[in-house]
Order: sequence, then C-alpha cells, then structure tokens
Amino acid sequence: MSSDFLHALAGTLFDVLPIVVIIFGFQVFVIRRPIANLRRVLLGFLYVLLGLALFLDGLEKALFPLGRLMAEQLTDSGFLHRAMHVEGTALDWRDYLYVYLFAAAIGFSTTVAEPALLAVALKAREVSGGAIGVWGLRIAVAIGVGLGIALGTFRIVTGTPLHWYIITGYVLVLIQTLSVPKNIIALAYDSGGVTTSTVTVPLVAALGLGLASTVPGRSPLLDGFGLIAFASLFPIMSVMGYAQISHWRARRQRPQRG
Amino acid sequence: MVVTAWYCDRAVKEYLLPLLRSLFESLRDLLPILLVIAFFQLVILRQPIPHFGDLLWGIGLVVLGLTLFVQGLEMGLFPLGETMAYDFARKGSLVWLLVFAFSLGFGTTVAEPALVAVADEAAQVAASGGSIEDNDAARERYATGLRLTIALSVGIAIVIGVLRILRGWPIQYLIIGGYLGVVIMTLFAPPEIIGIAYDSGGVTTSTITVPLITALGVGLASSIRGRNPMTDGFGLIAFASLTPMIFVMGYGILLG
Repeated sequence: MSSDFLHALAGTLFDVLPIVVIIFGFQVFVIRRPIANLRRVLLGFLYVLLGLALFLDGLEKALFPLGRLMAEQLTDSGFLHRAMHVEGTALDWRDYLYVYLFAAAIGFSTTVAEPALLAVALKAREVSGGAIGVWGLRIAVAIGVGLGIALGTFRIVTGTPLHWYIITGYVLVLIQTLSVPKNIIALAYDSGGVTTSTVTVPLVAALGLGLASTVPGRSPLLDGFGLIAFASLFPIMSVMGYAQISHWRARRQRPQRG
Repeated sequence: MVVTAWYCDRAVKEYLLPLLRSLFESLRDLLPILLVIAFFQLVILRQPIPHFGDLLWGIGLVVLGLTLFVQGLEMGLFPLGETMAYDFARKGSLVWLLVFAFSLGFGTTVAEPALVAVADEAAQVAASGGSIEDNDAARERYATGLRLTIALSVGIAIVIGVLRILRGWPIQYLIIGGYLGVVIMTLFAPPEIIGIAYDSGGVTTSTITVPLITALGVGLASSIRGRNPMTDGFGLIAFASLTPMIFVMGYGILLG
C-alpha cells in the first residue's frame, strides 16, 4: 500500500463525497424509502472507489510520465529539426507531421480506455437491446477524438483562431443531425462530453502545452487551450457518421435480401 | 467429494470465469495506449522504454482498477441512478426532482479537481491579459467566481435536461439553440477567455458523475409513459458540456 495509492484514493473519495451526500440526503429526507439492495449498492460504490484509485495510481506510475515525456520530446525543436526538416529553412507546419500522428494515436488510444465512455457504452448497449455495440461505439468515438486532437495540434502550430474551427464543426453537426436516425442523436451529443476525463485530459493537456511553448510565436497561456474542445466536438460527428454509414448499409442490403 | 467438486465448479463458473473475462477485457482496452507508446518510443524517438518494471506494475494496477470499476458500476452506480429515477417518478413531485437534478449537477462539479485546475489557469490568463489585477487575492477571487459559475451552469444544464426528458422535447433544437448561444457569446467575449471557455465544457463531467447521470436519464425516460429511453434518456451529459461554455464567456464579458 503505497502513499501514491492512498493519495489517489483520497482524491477519488473527495470526488465521491458530494455525490454520496446528495443522494443519501435526498433518499432519506425527500424520497423517504430505503434503498433497495443497500449492501450491494454500497459494495458497488466501494468497488468504484477502489477501482478508480487503482486506475489513477497505475496511470500515474506507468503511462502519464512516459506520455508526458514523449509529448515533450516530440514537440522539442531539436527533434523536429532532425526528423522531417529541410535544412536552411524555418520550421513550417509540415515539419510537425509526427506531432499530428502522435496526437491522433494518443487521442484514439486513450479514449478507448476511458472509463466514463465505457459506462455510457454499456448503458447504450443495454437500452438499444444490443443494436449499439460497446466496442463499436467506443471505436467511433475514439476515431473522432483522434481526428479532433490531430486537427487541434495543427491549429496550435498554424496559430489559426479556435472559434472558426469550432463554429464550422457546429455547422457540420447541424447538417448531420438533419439526416441521422432520430434515436442516435442524443447518444451522439452525449459522447462529446464523456470522452475527456481521467485518461485523455492529462496527456492531451501535456501535448498542447508542450506544443504551445515550443512553436515560435505561441504562448502556452493563450494557445495551449482548445484541444479538449476539439476532443469533445469531433466524436459527435464521428458517432453520427457511424450511424449514417450503418443506416445506409442496412438500406442497401434490404432490397437484395427481399 | 462430489459436493466439494460441485461447489468448486460453480465457483469457477460464477465468479472466476467472469472475473478473468473482465480482466482480459480491461487489458484489451489498455492495449492501444501501450502500442502507441511503444511505437513512438522505439520507432520514432528511438529510445528504450525507461523503468520497464514500473511500467508493468502500473499496467497491472490500471487493469485491476478498470475491472473493479466496471463491476462497481453494475452493482452500485447504475442501479442507484435508476432506482432514484423511478422513485422520483412515482413520487410525482416535479419540484423535488428538479432540486435533486440541480444539486447533483452543482454539487459534483464545484469540487471537481480538473475544474479547479482550469479555473486557476483561467485566472492567470485573465491577470496576464490585464482584465483583473495581477495579485494572489484577485486571482483567487476570479478563480472561485469562475468555479461557482461553471457549477451553476452544470446544475442548470441538468435541470433543463431533466425537464426535456419529462416533456419529450427533441434534443436537437435545444442543442442547436445552445450552439447559437456559444457563437453569439464568442463574438462578444474577450479573446483570451475563448479557449478556456471551449475547454471547460469537456472537463465538467467526471468519471463517477457520468454513469450516475446517464442511469438517471435512462431511468426517467423508461419510467414515464410515451418516452423512449434511447431517444429521450440520453442527452444530460450533452447539456452539461454545453452550458459551461456559454456561462464562462458570460463571466469573461462581465469581468472583462
């Protein structure tokens, strides 16, 4: 039992405390009914608490330091000069190819491991009667996050205004909303909010900060932000895209079968 | 002997096999990160992986943690969210349901560590942009105000989202209205707050809040006649990630 684990446990406990107070307060004073299977529910809470603490402690031990270090190394100007650069010219946006690749890969892979997304995917499978697979939804969201974060790093490198990207994204979401099956819309909007929590945010923030402090003319304070906004917008598009594709395929197959 | 063997067999089938399966699934969830890190470290950066033993130990903890978390979801958070939704629906008191929705949104956000970090950074940005004085007291005041603003916006978001489930309003109109709000606020907000505002939408919903709120929404939609849990049950998280953007820019305009 290390002090890191206890630290993570205390943090998670602090996270859970307001929820416990609110829920049990309302249960006792407003609903005034005993909670069904109270012991099982409490045991479940304990599992969630211990699970998240172990999860965070493990990430902090193994993956975060390495991921942060790699984000620093990949955005380091020495590495960029060696990697792709034509000698004698200034660095331009094409020299950051590995950064975009890393951004896409790390966005994709951390999203697959994101526990909050897993929870929503489990619920979506249950509610849709299995039509929406846990794995399919997570892959669709992860593709969105990967693309979004890659584009977000491109934006930091080029220094173009964040709001133009986001507003364009809104317009695309709007157009897609008009043509997707109705029952996927709410889930697609939700998947934007769940992608960025325990796993993705620390690594992505390190990438944005590293990039903003090494690219000439960018300030980490002003340009380091925005990656999370990309990571919450693009999954909405990719999940609706996934729904559109499966819808079209189902429609194309139907006449052949009949 | 036969009885013991039967018990062993049952224990294996009921506990050990599911446990092994979910451990394996957690490992599979983690695999992409490991591949990405290994590839960039070994192929692109051409460096050895440091502290390999620590890495393996950490991965073990992550896999175990994820497995426990999923187990706890199914036992605790999901059923709790749903039963509360049923109980509120049966009680039939709209006011209490909305009070509960607001408290859940506000209470889980105000102490969120990710939000504390974002608020502190925002205060630094504001101080460097000259919209507040650059000293500890002014920054502290700004950060606290921002946190309360965001928590308030999440509380309001959950209230609107719950009302939407009860009334069966189509989600897209509300979300598109929210997008319009974001665009309009962007026009007037001080430029240095925009990045933080856009990011604040993503950091408000924590790993414990999401399952609970999702279960609450789905539970409400399934306990009200005429609502479809798929179409109406989801969407609470979407509101909780949208309103903070508008409110943070509003905060920036008021104090800028």
